[in-house]
Amino acid sequence: MQDRGGFWLPEAASSLAGDVDALFNFVLYTSMVLFAAVIGSTIYLAVRYRRRNQADCPAPFKESKWLEVSWIIIPTVLVVIVFTWGFQLFIRLGVSPPNSYEITVRAAKWNWLFEYPNGARSNVLHVPVRRPVRLRMSSSDVIHSLFVPAFRVKMDVLPGRYTYAWFEATRQDTFPLMCTEYCGQQHSTMLTDVIALSQDKFDTWLESASIDESMPPSARGELLFLQQGCQACHSVDGTPSVGPTLQGIAMSEREFTDGTRAVADDNYLREAILNPAAQVVQGYAPLMPGQYAATLASEEIDALVAYLQVLEVP
Amino acid sequence: MSDRGYLQASNGIRSWLLTTDHKRIGILYAVAVAAFFLLGGLFAMLVRAELAVPGETIMGQDAYNQSFTLHGVVMVFLVIIPAIPGILGNFVLPLQIGARDVAFPRLNLASWYIFMVGAVLALCGWLVVGNVDTGWTFYTPYSSDGSAAVLWLTTAVFIAGFASIFTGLNFIVTVHKMRAPGMTWNRLPLFVWAIYATAIVQVLATPVIGITMVLLFLERLLQIGIFDPALGGDPVLFQHFFWFYSHPAVYIMILPAMGIISELMGTFSRQQVSGYTFIALSSVAIAFLGFLVWGHHMFVAGQSAISSIIFSMLTFLIGIPTGIKVFNWVATMYKGSVWLQTPMLYALMFLFLFAIGGLTGIMVGVLAVDVHLHDTYFIVAHFHYVMMGGAMIALIGGLHYWWPKITGRMYSETAGKIAAGMVFVGFNLTFFTQFVMGSRGMPRRYHDYKQLLAQYPEFAGWHLASSIGSFVLAAGLFMILIYGLRSLRHGPPASANPWGAATLEWTHTAVTPAAHNFHRTPLVTRGPYDYHLAPELFRSEEQAEHPVATNQEDNIRE
Repeated sequence: MQDRGGFWLPEAASSLAGDVDALFNFVLYTSMVLFAAVIGSTIYLAVRYRRRNQADCPAPFKESKWLEVSWIIIPTVLVVIVFTWGFQLFIRLGVSPPNSYEITVRAAKWNWLFEYPNGARSNVLHVPVRRPVRLRMSSSDVIHSLFVPAFRVKMDVLPGRYTYAWFEATRQDTFPLMCTEYCGQQHSTMLTDVIALSQDKFDTWLESASIDESMPPSARGELLFLQQGCQACHSVDGTPSVGPTLQGIAMSEREFTDGTRAVADDNYLREAILNPAAQVVQGYAPLMPGQYAATLASEEIDALVAYLQVLEVP
Repeated sequence: MSDRGYLQASNGIRSWLLTTDHKRIGILYAVAVAAFFLLGGLFAMLVRAELAVPGETIMGQDAYNQSFTLHGVVMVFLVIIPAIPGILGNFVLPLQIGARDVAFPRLNLASWYIFMVGAVLALCGWLVVGNVDTGWTFYTPYSSDGSAAVLWLTTAVFIAGFASIFTGLNFIVTVHKMRAPGMTWNRLPLFVWAIYATAIVQVLATPVIGITMVLLFLERLLQIGIFDPALGGDPVLFQHFFWFYSHPAVYIMILPAMGIISELMGTFSRQQVSGYTFIALSSVAIAFLGFLVWGHHMFVAGQSAISSIIFSMLTFLIGIPTGIKVFNWVATMYKGSVWLQTPMLYALMFLFLFAIGGLTGIMVGVLAVDVHLHDTYFIVAHFHYVMMGGAMIALIGGLHYWWPKITGRMYSETAGKIAAGMVFVGFNLTFFTQFVMGSRGMPRRYHDYKQLLAQYPEFAGWHLASSIGSFVLAAGLFMILIYGLRSLRHGPPASANPWGAATLEWTHTAVTPAAHNFHRTPLVTRGPYDYHLAPELFRSEEQAEHPVATNQEDNIRE
């Protein structure tokens, strides 16, 4: 990313970002002028009328009614301007053009999943450049919020309801996407990127990301593993993380927090995905979300189990 | 000088814990609030220490999330909301209107105990049950499952709310029924007007947070499904309920602070406070409008666009009475006699910081701009400029101002000015940096920002500067604590009216007021800032020391 933006605002890369920035700057500079006037007068008056003698007894000064009235009228005019400007732009930020390309967003603790009209899924938001993109968003657990600073776009993502956001990226680049509604332990790692691509490159990517039915189950499982964000908590190379590593998990002996043990056969792996709180591996907290029974199709679970079986210790 | 008034009226710990003297109850609040301020400050320092450099340094994600939660809960519910009404409202308000006490002295003591029960429950929830990491806002559905300590905290907030309601009731009745003869509404000191407006908000808004906390409690316990979508509830409903209280609560925090500033600007400019009626009525206007703007916390939360537009408009309306106050405070110095003692330095600091807090409030009230700024450090900086830079700075200024009346001693003026300088520099370094990183996209409530540095390398420098500032600020605040405590024993004895103020607590009481405040009920014949009608207050130090005995213009009624 070459463009670093100005002092106050980051780089701008959406069709409406420039308009938001213009309004931001108008309010900022007007505020600075008002601030300078108030603080300038404060300092001037404090110095000009500083007490020279403890017995000073200045004559009472009655404020002028006209001055009071001007203090009401000038700020009123200013706020009417910024209110009107702000709400007109807010409407434009809220209403997506009718030809928008729609992407479904699913937020869960603590990853993003983007689903495209052809069934492709990804943890990174790929979008075509210079085309309005509409996000239809929902959460499978708590409230999250999708924020792309470069696009000046933010919208909360709620459970049990759709919310929408839209933008049109203006250049090909990678932009950070963050969760901005506090959502628990790993809130600060609920980050991903928006990759804006030319329509050609986007089409190519979309083709490659869609799940190919002819893939072997373990390869589909690997794709799902990444798309569901499992790697956020489970490594596949033996590195310890929030959850146990999955390297060599198949047929290994697991010891649980209640002291019992079991061998990780197919049925254990299936149960561990669908009902993770039932048996928690010794040394770990019961943090894994229990949503997968509801969100994964049975073929997808089969594919994930198949993938876990090939994760051998080298 | 040997008579230390109410402080020596009776002795022993029982005489304090069972007192119904509004002045002693004010001191009970002061001690409690100071302890909670230290605790809340400790959590703030932990948060800033963790964020000083990227990566995990002194604590992990869970400890960090608990730290910012407890910082928020302690500072909002146990410090800022009770602080000014509890300490200075109690101590000063009856004195300023010439009353013997508040209308219901026993209820006043009960309020303190209820507040302490709430505080102890909150701390038990944290110490015994542990693990509260919901943020001070308790947003559902995150707060609906997770640690049981949430139940303790919601119960604590529910109970502490009653203390706030009772205090408000007490002040409303006191102002209506206990004013001295001649203390007309047009002669009320502006601090009284501000506390009165605050009291109305306390009585009307606090029950809503109580109800919200009960609903949250029942939802946790019985799974009744009000807020949790998994049970058929609506999580945004919680936000409406929560902010329906918590936005008016912002005015519970800032209105009394504005009252203090009016007193300081008048006394230390020795000039009539400009636009008395406008300032008094703008407090009432702010209290009223404060009920109608809660939705501006939810522009991107999924409420309808129409609601957002209405809430944005109403939010701007509040800017107007607020602006009127600021302009009038500045104008008060015109043709006055400005005495730059420590309390006045805090009043001027308030003008500087509150102007920034207020103007950035306008920025985040602009719908399209708020979409970008919401839930970033810009918001964190904005409300710290209002809450800390506004409410707390005014409280510190007010405590310096009334310190001689409360303790009978003077603090070190030199130490006071040095500490004020440190607070000013430290505060701006801590929070101004947060405006910049916030508008550049830094989200709030992040344990770490290492992963953001690849694309936003500037965050590292801003965070470090902010953390350094927080330590300067903390050092300044500690210095105040130390010279304040030192003055209790070693400070030079104060006179009854060291600042040449013209309100009753200075003109008609002893150095420290007697337990019953006034030997005779004062008869009020002039306004609170009519310094020109009472030149004897500052012409002679001798006269000022025994005002009740020697003041010729005192119209004393048997």
